[in-house]
Amino acid sequence: MSDKKTALRLAKNKVFKFIVVLFSLGSIIPLLFILLYIFKKGIGVINWKFLVGLPKPPGVTGGGIANAIVGTLMLILVASLFAIPLGVSGGVFLSEYRKSKLAYFTRLSVEILQGIPSIVIGIIAYLWVVKPMGKFSAFSGGIALGMIMLPMVVRSSEEVLKLVPRTLKEASLALGIPYHRTILRVAVPSALPGIVSGVLLGIARIAGETAPLLFTAFGNQFMNWNLFKPVNSLPLLIFNYAMSPYDEWQRAAWGASVILVIIVLLGNIISRMIVNKWKTRF
Amino acid sequence: MNKERTFRAILILVGMILSLLLLAIFLSLLWGSFPSIKALGWKFFYSEEWNPITNKFGALPFLIGTLVTSFLALAISFPFSLAVSIYLGEYMRAGKISTLLKVTIDLISAVPSVIYGFWGLIILVPLVRNIEMKLNIPPYGVGIFTATLILSVMVIPYSATIVREVIELVPDDLKEAAYSLGATKYEVIKDVVLPYAKSGIFAGLLLSLGRALGETMAVTMVIGNNNKLPKSLFAPANTMASLIANEFTEAVGNVYLSSLIEMGLLLFIVTAIINIIGKYIINRTTVQMRE
Repeated sequence: MSDKKTALRLAKNKVFKFIVVLFSLGSIIPLLFILLYIFKKGIGVINWKFLVGLPKPPGVTGGGIANAIVGTLMLILVASLFAIPLGVSGGVFLSEYRKSKLAYFTRLSVEILQGIPSIVIGIIAYLWVVKPMGKFSAFSGGIALGMIMLPMVVRSSEEVLKLVPRTLKEASLALGIPYHRTILRVAVPSALPGIVSGVLLGIARIAGETAPLLFTAFGNQFMNWNLFKPVNSLPLLIFNYAMSPYDEWQRAAWGASVILVIIVLLGNIISRMIVNKWKTRF
Repeated sequence: MNKERTFRAILILVGMILSLLLLAIFLSLLWGSFPSIKALGWKFFYSEEWNPITNKFGALPFLIGTLVTSFLALAISFPFSLAVSIYLGEYMRAGKISTLLKVTIDLISAVPSVIYGFWGLIILVPLVRNIEMKLNIPPYGVGIFTATLILSVMVIPYSATIVREVIELVPDDLKEAAYSLGATKYEVIKDVVLPYAKSGIFAGLLLSLGRALGETMAVTMVIGNNNKLPKSLFAPANTMASLIANEFTEAVGNVYLSSLIEMGLLLFIVTAIINIIGKYIINRTTVQMRE
């Protein structure tokens, strides 16, 4: 009797493990399949002309995506100029004034900000930048992306700054070095790899953002270097070309997808490597 | 000394800016929604007619579209994400394979949503169209069902990561006590790990819901963009986010634009509340388990 019971329990154990493995595979395989499919479709499209050429009208082969690459870089630049200084100093504030009441609200606000759908951030950038300026522009798109990047930079800088040993700062203060120099010359530099990795993660995230750009950067068929004019970006181009009925454009969208995925994955991998190397130091 | 004071002042100023940023966002959205709130009132939430030409803006079809796709996607993805997190949290806790899987999941969740949408458009839409033809319903291919599928695929890595972190926090001595009494792994997971991690898992689900509610691009590309109240699971529809994405740039007229902003306000409030509750539960359980 008890043997039977044990056998049943062991059998249940096995069945459960089987189900867990099955469902795990069932979730990871489709995801990997998506990635492989993108590469299969897109890798053949990419060549030098594709990278440096400009879009061609539908039906004409050999169009490129140079304008989208330039646009994405411009957007990232504006977003970084906005989010990195504000974000890192926000991280310094949170790690220095950990227990203060203001820090509590700041942390709460940043956490909520991180969870807001990016399309809503797009509306805000529209209301704050596009409407007053009266036109869509790379600048407004960059601000929208910067607002998405900001909470990521604040939180990662706060976390790595908290990891900097207190003794290091105390040693500096004991030498008579003023507080602000201790922070700027001791704490921030020793946390720099961690901060950089957070920034990279943020850039990888915003590089693929599409929704907030629809009514800020807007998209542009032509090459544009002007910060205050509409600009194309890789995800916008993928969206517009994917929804178009033209084979040539869809092919270009696959190529652009591969480039975007590579950018995003590289950002994530490099950021991870930096963090792993840095964490072993402390 | 003066420099030091300036430095501290700047830090506090930054803290204040960051705290006020959220408030400013909320007030801007509220301000932007004002014309719509004034013109439509509560009708906005229960009217099902969305007609910019006659200036009628009812959000009901999009509320329903958003809720149905998000909750269904959550329900579909939950067994999968729970399995992944149990596998990584209990069966394969450390080692090369475990690290590889964790990294893969992280990387996959970083893939931009527009790419998931593109893939859905090319692969899922024809697939669903075939199913619909076999079931003898209008073969749109695009619609609520397709959007739900792509959403569930996208939610899995996100919720699996949160749930795994909660599961890993279950104290070892608790599990070891159960093992020493002769419990099998299944029994330990069922009677110790899951009950202990229950509220954390719930929080993980809640945060994933917040993610799904605001997901825009992938949904926009496969949901069919139909502004009528969806009649079936396979019908083309729209979510609040996809409607904003589609119509914001072409919204002429004060009330039209304002009603789209009001939808943004609604998304903002709902996701903010979800995040506050979810993170509160996670913080509380984390502290509890560490003690």
